[in-house]
Amino acid sequence: MSRGQATQAPGRDGFVVAIDQGTTSTRCILFDHDGRLVAVTQREHRQHYPRPGWVEHDAAEIWRSVERLVPAAMAQAGAGPDDVVAIGIANQRETTVLWDRRTGEPVGRAVVWQDTRTSDLVDEMAADGGAEKYVERCGLPLATYFSGPRLRWLLDATPGLRWRAERGEVLFGTIESWLVWKLTGGPDGGVHVTDVTNASRTMLMNLQTLDWDPAMLAAMDVPEAVLPEIRSSAEVYGRARTVVPGARIAAALGDQQAALFGQTCFSPGDAKCTYGTGSFLLMNTGREITRSSHGLLTTVAHRIDGEPASYALEGSIAVTGSLIQWLRDNLGLISTAPEVETLARTVEDNGGCYFVPAFSGLFAPHWRSEARGVIVGLTSYITKGHLARAALEATAWQTREVVEAMDADSGLRLASLRVDGGMTSNNLLMQTVADVLDAPVVRPMVSETVSLGAAYAAGLAVGFWSDLDSLRRRWHRAAQWRPAMEPEQRQSEWENWQEAVRRTFGWIRH
Amino acid sequence: MPGSIQSIERAAALLKLMARTPGGLGVVDAANALGLAKGTTHGILRTLVGVGFVEQDPAGRYRASATLADLAEAGLDANELRSRAVNWADSLASRTGEAVRIATLTEGGVLVVHHVFRPDDSQQEMEVGDVLPAHACALGKVLLASTGTPRGHLVRYTSRTITQPLALRRALTAVREQGWALDVDEHVPGQASIAAPVRDRGGLVVGAIDVHGAVDDLVDPRLRPRAGLVPAVRHAARAISRDLGAESA
Ligand SMILES: Nc1ncnc2c1ncn2[C@@H]1O[C@H](COP(=O)(O)OP(=O)(O)OP(=O)(O)O)[C@@H](O)[C@H]1O
Ligand SMILES: [Mg+2]
Repeated sequence: MSRGQATQAPGRDGFVVAIDQGTTSTRCILFDHDGRLVAVTQREHRQHYPRPGWVEHDAAEIWRSVERLVPAAMAQAGAGPDDVVAIGIANQRETTVLWDRRTGEPVGRAVVWQDTRTSDLVDEMAADGGAEKYVERCGLPLATYFSGPRLRWLLDATPGLRWRAERGEVLFGTIESWLVWKLTGGPDGGVHVTDVTNASRTMLMNLQTLDWDPAMLAAMDVPEAVLPEIRSSAEVYGRARTVVPGARIAAALGDQQAALFGQTCFSPGDAKCTYGTGSFLLMNTGREITRSSHGLLTTVAHRIDGEPASYALEGSIAVTGSLIQWLRDNLGLISTAPEVETLARTVEDNGGCYFVPAFSGLFAPHWRSEARGVIVGLTSYITKGHLARAALEATAWQTREVVEAMDADSGLRLASLRVDGGMTSNNLLMQTVADVLDAPVVRPMVSETVSLGAAYAAGLAVGFWSDLDSLRRRWHRAAQWRPAMEPEQRQSEWENWQEAVRRTFGWIRH
Repeated sequence: MPGSIQSIERAAALLKLMARTPGGLGVVDAANALGLAKGTTHGILRTLVGVGFVEQDPAGRYRASATLADLAEAGLDANELRSRAVNWADSLASRTGEAVRIATLTEGGVLVVHHVFRPDDSQQEMEVGDVLPAHACALGKVLLASTGTPRGHLVRYTSRTITQPLALRRALTAVREQGWALDVDEHVPGQASIAAPVRDRGGLVVGAIDVHGAVDDLVDPRLRPRAGLVPAVRHAARAISRDLGAESA
């Protein structure tokens, strides 16, 4: 560790530009050779809810954000195009975009990962005995969460679209594909690619071959012409023709895999949980494809060009930070997300109140698409402070659920949890997570690990950083919360939570 | 409502009316809207102008002042401050190799609202929630420089603690002028800290950020901050202020 600016170790010049295209906002962050954040810009985009259960984004609006944010971040750092050694992209996963190859405009709105419109479609496919067949090939359970069924839904729902897709006039991608294509020229020579981590969330990719699986394409009735080429997560896909003309676009990963990379979880057994809109616990399982028997997903962690892929087990929680936003936007209990901590601290405990935010059904480890949210234990004693606490505790208990599944699958007990993401600035929440897990919770020096991971992958691809070990040495502990809850209390609260979860099941009857 | 004061109730009603009427109101309109006598209304409005909650425009119309809007913003939520500051606090710790804290002024001292460990992976305890003596640390001096010296006895922690009100006033004037504060051995022997102010929209100081560590790491033998530390702390403070909306922090 260098001490003081003047005695800084002689570094390498230049910055890596990371684009973190998330569910609610897009960020652009510049990192220097020491892996330090030197500039950050951020912009929210609109959420469209045309019907209950539907969630859409405007991919053109997202692209415009990128066009503005990158130059603004470069200006903040005083960097010119020549100072950009590479661009790395991390993105909200499973969100499905279709666009016109000729005009470069999106065809309709992007369908977001939280969207549940494919539930009937998914049920039909399950009735065909699909679930077991599919999980073997793609590692994923049949759920509305993934992009393959979404693509099929769009091709079915829009007249003429399938025909255009078959002729290659319309292109499909998750957000990273869209951005790489736009950056590399769009209609004028744009590169149509996706990376293995994003492809592993479509249900269309075979986990073994890391290529589109003909059987899955047939099952989902998806024409191959619409699909991007699957590439590694860290290689130069092309040079930017706009925004930062000439810069190499050298990495793309799903945001959660990027966070795993940013936390330098490169070895089997390394795990992290990222707390944002949703929360996602991922554990690196190395070169082996590990199957879960406890409701976790098998996914690709990353693949560096020229090397075999690393895989991961994942516990996905759909609603955590978005519950806080719901308290803010739909109930008006708070005016900013961090105020939830102030409100929660007006009371000592949850007052007997439990809040299970099954807004999009329940993801891991339950995978209950028919579940819907409940608040139970209400009495006239309950205040908004108790609700705020119950909302934060919901994130902690959902973490415990996925950690227990991970422990059961791996046969090990998690010794401590590495965390990152926007919610880690909430001290009450982080303490509660440590309390309910009965394990220390550790935050690294950069909590923007999604961006850091994208930057690391891009920097590796262009030789800005030499190897994984040099990145691992840059990880430092910035904060730690130790468990401080009585075992009896932990147990009884855990039982109450599980009872509350059971009350969400079966709410939507088909 | 036992003990309620009529003129305050009327003043509150006038303020609400004013807040709802961005273009402002004349005395007669205001009096009519609330069913009050013109003289009473005028008296209350003049008082509100006096305390700065209401302004009168050249046409003689009264309207709610910017100060009034700022009242709510003055109390920036401490959790909000932490949330906005995390990235820059991390960056400062990483850049300097020292621990970083962010603090606000509270009853009886300085409240630590955020703490980043020294990046050497050694065992360290979270200091969030600790209350430090304002006159004996750099964070406190930065915060006091914008609010004035505290009343009451200045407790001595070490032989270097400033305990004379006049000396403290002088020190705070210097802090105000140079834009940062230093403490060497003044609270905990062997420990030093360097802090700078974090400003909100309008320039109001809403917090302070420091680096702290062993005296030898932070200052040279003549007790001057080591090269690069003061600019790094001020850079972080300015970046957070910019994110909070301060124009020229
Ligand atoms: N102090 C806080 N306490 C509780 N929740 C918070 C706090 N700060 C932020 N959040 C929540 O965290 C989320 C933002 O964190 P972050 O930016 O990491 O999320 P994200 O998932 O990466 O965002 P995106 O969806 O844009 O990718 C929001 O849902 C917000 O409600
Ligand atoms: Mg994100």
